[in-house]
Amino acid sequence: MKRSLPLAMLLALSLAPAARAATEADYKAAYAAAEAASKEAAGMRNQWTTTVSTLAAAKKAADGGDFDRAVAAAKEAEALAKASIFQATSEKEAWKAMEIR
Amino acid sequence: MKTRSAVLLSSVCGALVALVLTSPHVVAADKVDPVADAKAFQNFFFQKFPNVKHEDFVNGPYSMNEDMKRQWQEKEEFPPYEFALDSGKEMFATPFKNGKTYADCFPNGGIGIRQNYPYFDEKEGKVVTLELALNRCREANGEAPYSYVKDEMASLTAYMAFTSRGKPMDVKIPDDPRALAAFENGKRYFYTRRGQMNFSCASCHVQSPGERIRAEILAPALGILNAMPIYRSEWSGMGTTSRRFVTCNSQTRAVPLEPQSDEYRDVEYFLSYVANGLPISGPGARP
Repeated sequence: MKRSLPLAMLLALSLAPAARAATEADYKAAYAAAEAASKEAAGMRNQWTTTVSTLAAAKKAADGGDFDRAVAAAKEAEALAKASIFQATSEKEAWKAMEIR
Repeated sequence: MKTRSAVLLSSVCGALVALVLTSPHVVAADKVDPVADAKAFQNFFFQKFPNVKHEDFVNGPYSMNEDMKRQWQEKEEFPPYEFALDSGKEMFATPFKNGKTYADCFPNGGIGIRQNYPYFDEKEGKVVTLELALNRCREANGEAPYSYVKDEMASLTAYMAFTSRGKPMDVKIPDDPRALAAFENGKRYFYTRRGQMNFSCASCHVQSPGERIRAEILAPALGILNAMPIYRSEWSGMGTTSRRFVTCNSQTRAVPLEPQSDEYRDVEYFLSYVANGLPISGPGARP
């Protein structure tokens, strides 16, 4: 029993997914997804300034070789772009609730 | 069996009759009615602020706050837009290289006509603002257009507004489906939330006029364009209607549209039309 506990812990640690650093490929995939969402928002004429600045921050981090930060920023930019698409879609009808009648 | 068919037939007929009777009401509810919209818009502000004189709404935040109003009235003795006004008057009178002037492009030589802008151009099928008409005049006379957000355009429109001071806004909507669509599009733009802050124009200028947003007092939407262009202390300079729309968008963290885009032209059309009858007060001065 005394010997099996450290062994079990060792086994658990070896099976746990190790946190690995993001690669350039991870960044490229995250950036492409964010850029596509951003373009869709711009096409709806509802781009947010924060989407643009966060995308730029992702690129800057990648240019500096910091892919962890670049991937995080790209994912944030994608979330912002998707939120702006949701806003534009829901506002197609929702604006009427604000109208003075 | 026959009875059942008769009952079925009569219910279908009844449903059809009901549909026919109710459908005109549905269409009527969706019909664009600028006259009713303008009346409702004005009544909303008149009822919300019963102590504000109707013609005072064009003075924006000063109509909402007595202290600010007194400060502004003192400032008006040496108004900060005076330099722009003087240079606009000079620019307006200076001939283009071909010898013509701005006066040749406008009705009544461009004097006392601000209250008729924007107008719906039935040939083009679009709204034409004063800023757009000025640049078209320049281009038609072989001159390069001015930036819509910089000083020269603000100076020219300041002078033209000054020659219309006190005249009631008088924007027309012709009986043309495209003009009605432009009005409706402007209305939609005005009430649509945008930007990461999730604000519409109405969030500030309908729901919260008179309230503070940081150090500023929000202006009512009614008559907000009658004072354009404006000198803003925040900008340390003059600003056109285009500049106002662009900065409003940026403040809500929305990427602004290009100046004089269809949306901006249409929202100017909507806001000007619902302010019909209120006096032109431009050029204005704002904190």
